[in-house]
Amino acid sequence: MGSWFEHGTDADSLEESMEEKGGPDTRNMSADAVEKGIFETRDAYYDALHEATIEVARRRVDEAVDTAERDVVNAVRTLETLNEQMNELDERGRDWEEDTDRVPVEEVKVAHEALEDARDETREFLEDRTPELAPNLSNLAGPVLAARLVGLAGGLDELARMPSSTVQVLGAEDALFTHLRGDAPSPKHGAIYVHPYVRGTGADERGSAARAVAGKLTIAARIDRYAGDLRPELADEMDEKVERIRERGDG
Amino acid sequence: MGTKWVEMDGERYPATEGDTVRDERVVDGLRVWHPRRSKAAALLVRGVDLPVDDARVLYLGAGAGTTPSYFADVARAVYAVEFAPSPASRLVDVAETRGRLFPLFADARNPSEYSSVVEGVDVLYQDVATRGQADVALENAGFVRDGGLACVVVKARSEDVTAEPEEKYEEVAEKMKEEYEVEKVVDLSPFYDDHAAVVARRQR
Repeated sequence: MGSWFEHGTDADSLEESMEEKGGPDTRNMSADAVEKGIFETRDAYYDALHEATIEVARRRVDEAVDTAERDVVNAVRTLETLNEQMNELDERGRDWEEDTDRVPVEEVKVAHEALEDARDETREFLEDRTPELAPNLSNLAGPVLAARLVGLAGGLDELARMPSSTVQVLGAEDALFTHLRGDAPSPKHGAIYVHPYVRGTGADERGSAARAVAGKLTIAARIDRYAGDLRPELADEMDEKVERIRERGDG
Repeated sequence: MGTKWVEMDGERYPATEGDTVRDERVVDGLRVWHPRRSKAAALLVRGVDLPVDDARVLYLGAGAGTTPSYFADVARAVYAVEFAPSPASRLVDVAETRGRLFPLFADARNPSEYSSVVEGVDVLYQDVATRGQADVALENAGFVRDGGLACVVVKARSEDVTAEPEEKYEEVAEKMKEEYEVEKVVDLSPFYDDHAAVVARRQR
């Protein structure tokens, strides 16, 4: 338990001291370090501290971003699986409705409720964690779609590097390849279809809405990757843009 | 060195000498510290004395590092704590451009994580978006020297959506009295709606 420089003055010593979760009794580190002759001057102390804090923070942040990314991508895949299973059970349940005495209706009901609980928990997890990883993307797309896009792209970094035309059709790869073979028109939207601004726009203008939404989500992903602060004005810009597209469709 | 004031579009703004970190305006060679982009700038414009010049500062909730970069332009040392990975990543980039800005990827609710690193400070500046903002200020009181200043930004809505903002600010100020002597509560509107800062002195 002590100051970070007591067993060395590099990043490893600093990280170790942080993991020990203790500090010195008096908080005069810069003066103490000079007094003990570990550094010649306060400036030298701060220079070493600067180098060490940057290295440790970089290490830990990279690790945390990887973990956070893996967590939300796993969670959104789990959510999809749970939804599929519940749908399947619902369908089978309807087939069985007339046969209640020969099938375990109660047990199936219990299983369904367990799936529902798991879904709610998973969704809550996404609502907590996705905004930490990608605050702007979550704000514009909602945490579930945001996590889905990160997963489809293979990471936030990859998503931030994509042109918005690619983001627009992420998750519609099958349709895209059919189109590229010349067998179909180009897909207008992939996973972003579930966004209320895409799904809720009339068919005539839906392609334009999808393009506008994809454009804003791409900007959001880039800000999340390269800046990291929440910019509420992005949502206002997207609102206005889609509003204009819809008015055009009505006229 | 030190915080200066510049005139832009007929208004006076705080400004510092240093490399730009975002797309902030530069006037007379100084980075404009805009009250709509930094709550600390809003406080300065509101006439609050934030004694960061040549001071040691503990900054909790450093975000992507924009406001800490201004502090680091004028302060002796700035310890910047941030726990959300995406902003922290950018904070580290910003810290690379400032020799006296020390990034700490840690949870401000657990000061033991950085207590081997952070020295006694003259100013505690806190802008964390979690519940229990007063508790964070209390748990970190040990870093603030006797008579040092604590400036705690309170976002009314992250505490309780039903209460009146003023009640929320008072509640935080009241709790802080355990370790601080509260001087005033400064509303940050119109620059930031539903935000105020509790300005207090450390009393042992």
